[in-house]
Amino acid sequence: MPNYYQPEIETASYEQIRQWQNERLVKQVQHVWDNVPYYRKKMEEKGVTPADIQSTDDLRKLPFLSKDDLREAYPYGLLGMPLSECVRIHSTSGTTGKRVVAFYTQHDVDLWEDCCARAIVAAGGTKEDVCQVAYGYGLFTGGAGLHGGSHKVGCLTLPMSSGNTDRQLQFMVDLGSTILCCTPSYAAYLAESIHEQGLRDQIKLKAGIFGAEAWSEDMRRDIEDKLGIKAYDIYGLTETSGPGVAYECEAQTGMHINEDHFIAEIIDPDTGEVLPEGSKGELVFTSITKQAFPLLRYRTRDICVLTREKCPCGRTHVKMSKPMGRSDDMLIIRGVNVFPSQIETVLLQQGYPANYQIIVDRVNNSDTFEVMVEMNPEMFSDSLAKIAEAEKTLVAALKAMLGIAAKVKLVAPKSITRSEGKAVRVIDKRKI
Amino acid sequence: MSIHQISVFLENRTGQLAEITKLLSEQNVDIRAISIAETADYGLARMIVDDAQKASAVLLQHGDILSMTPVWVVEVPDRPGGLAELLAALAEYHVDVEYMYSLFVHEDEKAYMVLRISDQEKLVQALQAHSIKLVDEKALGLK
Repeated sequence: MPNYYQPEIETASYEQIRQWQNERLVKQVQHVWDNVPYYRKKMEEKGVTPADIQSTDDLRKLPFLSKDDLREAYPYGLLGMPLSECVRIHSTSGTTGKRVVAFYTQHDVDLWEDCCARAIVAAGGTKEDVCQVAYGYGLFTGGAGLHGGSHKVGCLTLPMSSGNTDRQLQFMVDLGSTILCCTPSYAAYLAESIHEQGLRDQIKLKAGIFGAEAWSEDMRRDIEDKLGIKAYDIYGLTETSGPGVAYECEAQTGMHINEDHFIAEIIDPDTGEVLPEGSKGELVFTSITKQAFPLLRYRTRDICVLTREKCPCGRTHVKMSKPMGRSDDMLIIRGVNVFPSQIETVLLQQGYPANYQIIVDRVNNSDTFEVMVEMNPEMFSDSLAKIAEAEKTLVAALKAMLGIAAKVKLVAPKSITRSEGKAVRVIDKRKI
Repeated sequence: MSIHQISVFLENRTGQLAEITKLLSEQNVDIRAISIAETADYGLARMIVDDAQKASAVLLQHGDILSMTPVWVVEVPDRPGGLAELLAALAEYHVDVEYMYSLFVHEDEKAYMVLRISDQEKLVQALQAHSIKLVDEKALGLK
């Protein structure tokens, strides 16, 4: 059977998937009730007990979890297993600089790696392949997830991490990488470099698995043409494990959600009401197999559409569209989550007025990120060197908070546009 | 005997300097010397005006950010080598010049240089030793 990692699961009947979900949900709710006092309290406040949850039809009775809950419960409040059973954490930035930490048991890591393996096999990966993982390694889930998945498939895995483009290209040529895993913007950058250095004839890539940030169909075609590959999208978030929650098949018409591990709902972001299939709304995930970090009804803030239309690839799991936007103010810049409030925190700490504007654009398939800051009397000096020094300190503080570099632009006081008294904080010029 | 210089923050935007100079002209402030320092993204206008207090009040009200910096004005002969002699004297006394620019004058055979330097005491010594004249506010007709 071609292109399946776990065919009996990936092509299971709708009834079978529902049955798994019902059984696992009931078990998971009991697990959370018994082990996560933070969520149990939320259930009690809503007057719900595990006895009320008999199947996925009852899911809507459960309270939501949001990024605010994760921040409030930081670091151990949503932990579902003793730390002695946990083997790893991953982390992502939260709203006010407080990070979100997710825990994994060995079982959780195994299931997550299975999900990534499904994505790699769907992209044509086999044990004959050389898989170059150019996602960041470390706290970020990208590197670890695809690395683990690549091992499961049996590919020769190149744990490159992100950056160091010359070395990436050298290994790609010398070791004949056939699958590339990284963010789409880095893929575009690598494609550009390969084109410039005339290496196209020397590479053996056939597929790319690109995720962690939004990318357009135009960008997909551009990368596919430049590298001569098929480019697959992959979706995930640290809160639910990492990449591999959903992945694309050869049909390239949406990402199959691994429904044996996650139940997906689409809700109205304003009312919280569950919307019928095919509606555009906020994606909500319930992890039904995770032990250490068992989030129920976690609001992703990603806006998308789910569809159960039959897929030519033979997979039966529901498909999600590419995220079409956010229901909060989070920006994803170069694959990193950025909240405007984080920038505000840094500015206030550094003694700048909290009046700022973020300008995000995409130039040559790569995100540009500029923070406009109003000059204030305290930091003004007759010496350009002193101003530059202060600017450098600010750039470093922003980098420390956000994890990515921003360009700071000092502007005249009161020059940042205010509309109806409310400042426009974000100008996102990217056309995705 | 330093002189007040006004430094104004300039955003890198067309017309900003025009705006500032227009404001000053409306208040009859005479700009006696001006120098612009710039980076890729912003700049500074340094000015000697006849009425520094009035000028700074006008600019502050306009919402500009500025600072007052003490600078020194010295007289140099308006002929080849005039500036070279001044700078040689400063170097001899280890006075660092952070920046300098010239001040407009109408009198014959004299030029004035505005200096921002590292060490006042040494500057005075250097000027005295080389008989270079320091110019005060009164001589320049500044208030």
